[in-house]
Amino acid sequence: MENKTALIIGGSAGSLDVLIRVLPDIDINIQFPIVIVVHRKQGTDSILSDLLATKTTLRVKELEEKETILDGCIYVVPSDYHLLIEKDYTFSLDYSEKVNYSRPSIDVTFQSAADIYKDRLVCLLLSGSNADGVNGLIMVKKMGGKAWVQDPESAQVSYMPAQAILKANIDKVLKIEEMAGYINALTSY
Amino acid sequence: MPHLLSITDDEVEILINDVLDQYGYDFTGYSRASLKRRLVRIYALDKHVSFAEYRYKVINDPIYFKRFVEQITVNVTEMFRDPSFYKALRYKVLPNLGTYPFIRIWLAGCSTGEEAFSMAIVLKELGLLHKSLIYATDINPVVLEKAAEGMFPLSQMKQYSENYIASGGPKDFSSYYSANYAMAKFDPELRKKMIFSTHNLVSDHSFNEFQLILCRNVLIYFDRDLQFKVLQLFDNSLESLGYLALGTKETTDFSPISKNYKRLESEKIWRKTS
Repeated sequence: MENKTALIIGGSAGSLDVLIRVLPDIDINIQFPIVIVVHRKQGTDSILSDLLATKTTLRVKELEEKETILDGCIYVVPSDYHLLIEKDYTFSLDYSEKVNYSRPSIDVTFQSAADIYKDRLVCLLLSGSNADGVNGLIMVKKMGGKAWVQDPESAQVSYMPAQAILKANIDKVLKIEEMAGYINALTSY
Repeated sequence: MPHLLSITDDEVEILINDVLDQYGYDFTGYSRASLKRRLVRIYALDKHVSFAEYRYKVINDPIYFKRFVEQITVNVTEMFRDPSFYKALRYKVLPNLGTYPFIRIWLAGCSTGEEAFSMAIVLKELGLLHKSLIYATDINPVVLEKAAEGMFPLSQMKQYSENYIASGGPKDFSSYYSANYAMAKFDPELRKKMIFSTHNLVSDHSFNEFQLILCRNVLIYFDRDLQFKVLQLFDNSLESLGYLALGTKETTDFSPISKNYKRLESEKIWRKTS
């Protein structure tokens, strides 16, 4: 099977502003998908993907279950479902128990993606007030992928990225203005 | 922490085959990512020491296997979950079905019964419960036993009451239950029109004709082929002009039955046109 690359971005409180600042600078020619897992209230799905769509010319959509994952597309996880990745590079949704009081849980998606993409995966954890995503980053590293976090100094809520730095072997700590550059460079990764 | 490395993909396939051979439960059409996550979860919860030991226990201990099935399937549910869905049932679907002399409803994958009791409440408020029958089925006998008791955690009632009000419920939600220690015991009157039974969507056939079939957040755990097969089973079990309701992220689109169904605006409810 060909090796595909993916970027998964996880965030909670304070992460939306980061996405809004970073998306406009992401290269239209990226050769991998970007999947966004953010904690939020139920029933606000299209609002979030519509808002993010105004910040980039890349295609942004709320992902659908069993949808094939396409390069150059930005996918937003629907509220109140966990997102898993299948071996054939399709999405599965899951309504099982909350993890870290969260559904979607960032850990769940990071771990599932690590199982599929292995060393071709990059996960970026942004601002947030709980530790969801930290265990996911640990598994990403175990599978040879890359773990990036937002610089806690630049985060509206520093707890989540700070926990990740404390507990996982982080490859890069990024300021908001550095993120797009590193993401764009992934194309040749 | 349970993580996905404790069982390999090959071992997942071995277990699926064991369970099919030994017990006749067919999980081959289940989405692997969810299934693997559930298998790993049980592995960790039950403190298995190796895959070999886990496998041996599943194959050779029928009592443990019961627990295995309960844990492998997702049984997370709520009363009046997705209030706008129940609003559509209350104002659009059930009033239409109210013109029939008798209403047969199938809740496929009813889990612990929260949906069955929600449905009964709406039917009662519309004056239709006396001529309705709710067939609530699940693959898992353990959850059906719970469902039949009609007792749900009292701690959930605030949320359920909010859902109920948002769905257009006109009454005081607490009038439907009495507090019994940590549980809310629902009015036995609601229970009278429910039939609980095991039914496996993968292997069992159609068992009646219905005017309304609800199967919400079950198909997401199946691969596309099995989704189509189950939708065909629903089609075979639904009267003309009957309604099929799926979860908020599920659809009949792309399936062979879709041409015979017309979707009600905004909700995941389809009406059979022919």
